[in-house]
Amino acid sequence: MDLKDKLLTSHIAFEDNLKADSPLYDLRSNALKVFEEKGFPSKKEENWKYTSLNSLLKKDYCISPKGDTDIEFKNVKQYFLHNVDTYKVVFIDGVYSSYLSETTHDGIDVCLLSSAFDKSKYRPVIESYFNKAAKKEGLTQLNTAFTKEGAFIHIPKNKEADKPIEIIYFSTGNEATLFVQPRNLIIADENAHVQIIERHQSLSSNAVLTNAVTEIFADKRAMVDYYKIQNDTPEASLVDSTYIKQERESICSVHTFSFGGKITRNNLQFTQEGEYCDSILNGVTIIGDKQHVDHNTLVHHIAENCESHQDYKGIFDDSSTGVFNGKVYVEKEAQKLDAFQQNNNILISDKATINAKPQLEIFADDVKCSHGCTIGQMDSDALFYMRSRGIGEKEAKALLMYAFANNVLESVKIPELKSRINKLIAEKIGVSLGFEL
Amino acid sequence: MLQIKNVHASVEDKVILNGINLEVKAGEVHAIMGPNGAGKSTLASVISGKEEYEMTDGEIILDNEDITELDPEERAHKGVFMSFQYPISIPGVSTTNFIKTAINETRKSKGLEDMPASEMLKMIKEKAELLDIDRKFLSRSLNEGFSGGEKKRNEIFQMAMLEPKLAILDETDSGLDIDALKIVANGVNKLKSNDNAVVVITHYQRLLDYIVPDFVHVLMDGKIVKSGTKELAYELEEKGYDWIKEELVK
Ligand SMILES: Nc1ncnc2c1ncn2[C@@H]1O[C@H](COP(=O)(O)OP(=O)(O)O)[C@@H](O)[C@H]1O
Ligand SMILES: [Mg+2]
Repeated sequence: MDLKDKLLTSHIAFEDNLKADSPLYDLRSNALKVFEEKGFPSKKEENWKYTSLNSLLKKDYCISPKGDTDIEFKNVKQYFLHNVDTYKVVFIDGVYSSYLSETTHDGIDVCLLSSAFDKSKYRPVIESYFNKAAKKEGLTQLNTAFTKEGAFIHIPKNKEADKPIEIIYFSTGNEATLFVQPRNLIIADENAHVQIIERHQSLSSNAVLTNAVTEIFADKRAMVDYYKIQNDTPEASLVDSTYIKQERESICSVHTFSFGGKITRNNLQFTQEGEYCDSILNGVTIIGDKQHVDHNTLVHHIAENCESHQDYKGIFDDSSTGVFNGKVYVEKEAQKLDAFQQNNNILISDKATINAKPQLEIFADDVKCSHGCTIGQMDSDALFYMRSRGIGEKEAKALLMYAFANNVLESVKIPELKSRINKLIAEKIGVSLGFEL
Repeated sequence: MLQIKNVHASVEDKVILNGINLEVKAGEVHAIMGPNGAGKSTLASVISGKEEYEMTDGEIILDNEDITELDPEERAHKGVFMSFQYPISIPGVSTTNFIKTAINETRKSKGLEDMPASEMLKMIKEKAELLDIDRKFLSRSLNEGFSGGEKKRNEIFQMAMLEPKLAILDETDSGLDIDALKIVANGVNKLKSNDNAVVVITHYQRLLDYIVPDFVHVLMDGKIVKSGTKELAYELEEKGYDWIKEELVK
């Protein structure tokens, strides 16, 4: 039985465990219908031309892990931020770990989605937001159909999350092959502020396929900074779909750091519904071996006087492959727009490839849109300059890569996180420099 | 200290250096002059080990050691320094961090520990003062958005920090106004000793009023066609290069 059939069949059992009066009941059946009709994406679709999930979908996945595993904090400590206090919402093989988590309901809600589903108090919020930003895409609706667990974050009006929030999904490798579908719902009310760090981390070399969906709602003047750290093991693959809806004067940023994993596909979609919104999409990808990272972004400009800034840097070694498909869609009402898109890539090896496709669809006439895309090798003059000062070739290359990724790193607002990413980059390049950027 | 013997170099089968011979002894200052496109920068790059240029013949000897096959960083570790005609900018890496890395990499090659931070700081302060460089300037990204003159001054700052045995200054004077030129020349002179040597590449005699050469060489079409003392520089300034060409034809 292929994965699609297996999922469709198992949904009956999944639904049995849900209450029939749940507001989500119909929503899930409808979502399943969408998935049944659309199925998994194939390379025939324009948006999936350069990323094939076929090799992943052939595996026989465990789709409902028992998840009674405990892991000791000391074994996973390295995946958390240190020296800075954070809220933590942690899952092990898809199941919430109260032991590793630190949640709150004190003024703000940082908890798990299942408890928000179950409590009547949250019902209006769930009904107004859940699956409202998510698009009718096969994988996304598959996630909706099976949504069971994830992080729920609600920051009320004029509140600021007093510390960053870490959302971490561990997979233990207890199952030889695991398919998980985490779901996050983030709501920042008017003038609310929050910073979130998300990570999917496999703790073994077993195969994991994660189909994650995150919805983020930023109300008027809200500020949301979202950081994704993708540094998973070589057999871990991820399809990460993030949908963001922004109201007037809100500022939302998503930073995606892709350093690991087998196949990583990022669908990142912003919709600006109010005036004076700012959307920031930044990414640094550093991969090698046969790794594959695909960034598929969409910024949908609907209202006037908005801005969007996309800056993606990629460094590709060995036989790795990268995709950047960035779309900016400007409705005719979205006048006085400033949309900027930049995608720069360095191919270190002859065998590495990048497919970059910027797309601008503009129906307004008074807009400022710019995009630039470069693909190059390491600048040999710059390398010689550094080497002539006594800096070895490997270190010189590392320095160039740092320099290359620098302006994206610079915009990371949590210093501890920035220094962590510095270290990850150093690790990835295999060089430690005597300083941080 | 430096012996260049019969050096031929080409790039993509185009011959640029066509049998260069030059000996520089410790304590000396040599000037290399010559028209645009003569091969001056290429010579400097070849001495520093730029791989883009293929050395088809000849040898480069530093302190009795053949360095012809060494990597650029290995030559740097042995005390070769070139101030670039066109310095490269490196966004995101400050001059301070860059020079720290360069110094510590050089120390590492000699089996030494990193230079203690306090010592490094003291040295930076000292050398920045010597070259009249505002230290805030050093925390900016290396050469990014620097004016031509600022870049050149930064090159000499790096030289002062690295204390090379052999410094090759490739058109360091271009882009400098007269005041900056004096400061830079003064810096170079202060660093000069009987144990090191300087090769100054320039178009103009002007710089040689401040960094006074023991020898002046004229490089044309990839060859040193005439050598002399500092008076030769005045002659060149006055008469240009054509008379040398004519002399050669005779
Ligand atoms: N990398 C290169 N590729 C092709 N030609 C080069 C390269 N470097 C130098 N040349 C050529 O070699 C000649 C000498 O250049 P250069 O050494 O820069 O001269 P100078 O510094 O004396 O003005 C010029 O004709 C220049 O165009
Ligand atoms: Mg030159």
